[in-house]
Amino acid sequence: MSVDAPARTLNVALVGNPNTGKSTLFNALSGIRQKTGNYPGVTVEKKHGSFTHKGQKVELIDLPGTYSLAPRSPDEMVTVDVLLGRQANEAKPNAVLVIVDASNLERNLYIVSQVKELGLPTVVALNMGDIAKDKGISVDVDKLAERLDVPVVATQANRKGGLDQLRDTIVSLLDRDSISPESPFPAEFCDKVSQLHEKLQKHDAESTRYLAERLLLDTSGYLEKELTSGGQELHNWIVESRNQLAELGQPVPAIEAISRYKWVQSVLDGIITREAARKVTLSDRIDRILTNRVGGTIFFILIMTLMFQAVFSDLVAGNLMGYIEGFFELIAGLVDASLADGALKSLLIDGVIAGVGGVLVFLPQICILFFFIAILEDCGYLARAAYLMDRLFSKIGLSGKSFIPLLSSFACAIPGIMAARVIENRRDRLITILVAPLMSCSARMPVYVLLTAAFIPDETIGGFLSLHTLVMLSMYLLGILAAVGVAFVLRRTILPGETPPFVMELPSYKFPSISGVLMVMVEKGWAFVKRAGTLIFAMTIIVWALSYFPRNEEAATAPFANEIAQLESQLEGANEEEAAQIEERLVEINNQIDGELLRGSFLGMAGHWIEPVVKPLGWDWKIGSAAIASFPAREVIISTMGVLYNLGGEEDEESAPLRETIKEAKWAGTDENVFNIPVALSIMVFFALCAQCAATLAVIKRETNSWRWPIFTFVYMTVLAYLGALITYQVSAAIMLS
Amino acid sequence: MSKLSQLAVGQKAVIASIDATNVAAVRLMEMGMTPGCSVKMIGSAPFGDPLEVEIRGYHLSLRKTEADLVELVS
Repeated sequence: MSVDAPARTLNVALVGNPNTGKSTLFNALSGIRQKTGNYPGVTVEKKHGSFTHKGQKVELIDLPGTYSLAPRSPDEMVTVDVLLGRQANEAKPNAVLVIVDASNLERNLYIVSQVKELGLPTVVALNMGDIAKDKGISVDVDKLAERLDVPVVATQANRKGGLDQLRDTIVSLLDRDSISPESPFPAEFCDKVSQLHEKLQKHDAESTRYLAERLLLDTSGYLEKELTSGGQELHNWIVESRNQLAELGQPVPAIEAISRYKWVQSVLDGIITREAARKVTLSDRIDRILTNRVGGTIFFILIMTLMFQAVFSDLVAGNLMGYIEGFFELIAGLVDASLADGALKSLLIDGVIAGVGGVLVFLPQICILFFFIAILEDCGYLARAAYLMDRLFSKIGLSGKSFIPLLSSFACAIPGIMAARVIENRRDRLITILVAPLMSCSARMPVYVLLTAAFIPDETIGGFLSLHTLVMLSMYLLGILAAVGVAFVLRRTILPGETPPFVMELPSYKFPSISGVLMVMVEKGWAFVKRAGTLIFAMTIIVWALSYFPRNEEAATAPFANEIAQLESQLEGANEEEAAQIEERLVEINNQIDGELLRGSFLGMAGHWIEPVVKPLGWDWKIGSAAIASFPAREVIISTMGVLYNLGGEEDEESAPLRETIKEAKWAGTDENVFNIPVALSIMVFFALCAQCAATLAVIKRETNSWRWPIFTFVYMTVLAYLGALITYQVSAAIMLS
Repeated sequence: MSKLSQLAVGQKAVIASIDATNVAAVRLMEMGMTPGCSVKMIGSAPFGDPLEVEIRGYHLSLRKTEADLVELVS
C-alpha cells in the first residue's frame, strides 16, 4: 500500500445572483477544463471545472445563478443539496465562492448572508467594480472583509482581473474546515429553529440546522413534503410555532427578508459611498429609449429583423451552408468512386452522408442565432425583451421569460427547449417546451422552398408583395399561431394553475464579453452536432434500411432486361450524339428500377398501407411514404421524394428536375396530376405542424425526465398536422379546383 | 394607503408593508422590497404592464398584480 497521503482536493462551489459575471468568472478560472451535464430528475445544469494553483488542485462546481438559497422546488433544492453535501455523486464542497456585483451590493449580500449560515469556509469575489464606478459607488474592500469575517477579493472577471489573488485566497482555505455560522435572525426565531432541528435529528441524525430553518420558513409546504414525509404531529408543531412567532411580531416568512436586509445594512453602513446625486449612467440613458413605449418597440422589431436577416440571408449563413454541402458532396463523391455498387455504398451515401449531412448543414444558422442571442443576453437586452413581451405572453398564460426559448426554436427546437431552463416555474417551463417544436425551425425550410418554388405561381400582389414570400411567411405565422393556441388550451386543460409571478431584475447594460459569446456559440453548436448528430445518424440508418429491404433486384430489373441489353450493345457502335441519348435512357431506366425497388421496400409497403388515410389530404402513396420516412427528421423528405419519383436520391430543394418531375407526376392509371396547389399547401402545413424530429422528442424526454411529455408532444402535433393538412386541402381544393 | 401599482412615473415612495402570505410577495422581499425601503417608479412596458421600478440601487420589473401586494407609506 502506498504511504503517501493523496493531496487533498479542494471542492469549491460557485454561488451568486444572475448577471454578476459568475459564468465569466467560472470560465476564466477553469479555462477549457470544463464538463457540463444534468442532474437526474431536474433541469438543473451542472458545470464542473478545475484549475491547479501552486500545486493545489481545485475542483469547481458552478451552481445556477440564484437570488436566494430558499428551495421551493426540486430544481432549487439541488443547489442547496450540493452545498450541504446531500447530492448523490457530488463531493461535498470544502468551500464556497460567492460572486457579488459591486454595483448592486445591497441585494447581492442577501445570498452571502444565507451562505454564511451554512458554516462552510467562504470567499467573496467582488466583481464588476467598473460598473459600480460608473454609478459613482465605491466600496472599502478591507472593511467589507472585516465586517463579513470572510476574505473579499476584488475581481474584474471580463478582463481576467484579480484572478491570481482569488486563486491564492481559495487555496488558502484548504486549512479551514468550517467557519462559525452567523445567523441574522432574532433570538426567539433561533430558539424555534434549534427545537425543530432537535426534533428532526431524532428521525434523521444527518439533518442539518440550515434545513430545519428553511423548513420553518417555507410556508409553501414543499420542504415539509421533501424532508419530513408529512408527519401530522411535526406539521402541527411547525404551524403552531409560526403562529407564536407571528404573535411576537416575527411573521414567517417575512422575517427572513427583514432580518437579512437589516444585517446587510449593518454590514454596509459607512463602508460604501455613493456620490450625492446618483449619476445618470449611460445604461440609464440607453434604457430610457429601449424600454420606451415607442422607441423600445421599434428597436425590438429592428433587432429581431436584423437577427433573422443574418440567420436566413445568403450573405453569411447561406455561403457557409454551401461550403458544408460541398464538403458532404465531396465525401459522397469519394465514397461513390471507391466502393462497388451495393448495400454498403447505398447505406453510406443515401443513408449516413445524406442524413447526417442534411442536419449538419443547419449548423451555421444555429451558430449565428446563438451568437446574436448570447450578445443580447450578455449586454442585458434579453431581460428587456422578456419585459417588453411579457404582456403578450401573459395573454396566453405564459410569461415574458418564454420569449428566449421560443426565439431560439426558430433555429432548432433542441437548443430552444434547453433554453427553457431559465423559467423557474415548472408549469410555464413545461408549456414552453411543449410548444417550442411548433416554431418553424430551419429543417422545415427545404420543404417550404421546394414546394413553394414548384407550385406557387411567381406573382406579386399589388405589385410588390411576392406570393412566394407570402406563402413562406404564412408557414412561419402558422407555427406561431398554433403555439399560441396550444399554450392557451394547455393552460386551461391539463396544466391549469395560477399565472406565476413575473419578478425579474433588469440588469445594467454592459459591453458583452467576446470570448464569453464565442464560448456560448461553440458550446451550443457542439451540443447540436453531438445530440442531433448521434440520433439522426441512427435514424437515417433505420429509414435507409426500411427503404432498401426487402430487395428483389431481379424482379425489378426483369422488365427492362432486354432493353438494357439492347441499349448496351448499341452503345458500342454509336457516335457521340447517339451515345448521349442512350446513356440518358439508361439513367432513366435505372431510376425506374430504383423506384420499383422502393415501392417493394418496407417503406413502400407502408406507403400503400396508409394511402386511405392520406388520400383525404390529397396525397398519393408516395407522399405518404415520404412523410413516414420523415418522422425521425423532416429533412429526409427531399431525398425520399427524389428516390420515389425515380430521380435518384441526390436531389435537393433547388433541383430543377425534381421540381419538374413532381409537377408532372400522375395518379396511377390516370392522367390526373398528383400535385397541385392544394396538395402542395397541405404538405407544407403538415410539415409545419408535425413533430417530425426524433432528436427533439429525445430532448423533451431528457428535460422533463418523463416519457409522458415526448409522447404527448408527438401525438398532439401529429393530430394537429393531420387536421391542419386536411382542412387546408379540402378548403383550398373546394376553392381552386371547382 | 396607496399601492406601488398606483405610483406615478418618476415618483418615489417608502414601502409600508407587503402581503407576505403570497408566494410572489416572498420573491419580492428576497429581491429587496422590504418595509422601510424606498422605491422609485421608472416606467412601464409598451402595453402598460409589467412595471419597472428602482429599488436598492437597481432596476426590477414586476407585474401590476404583484405591485398591488405592496402598500406604500402615505
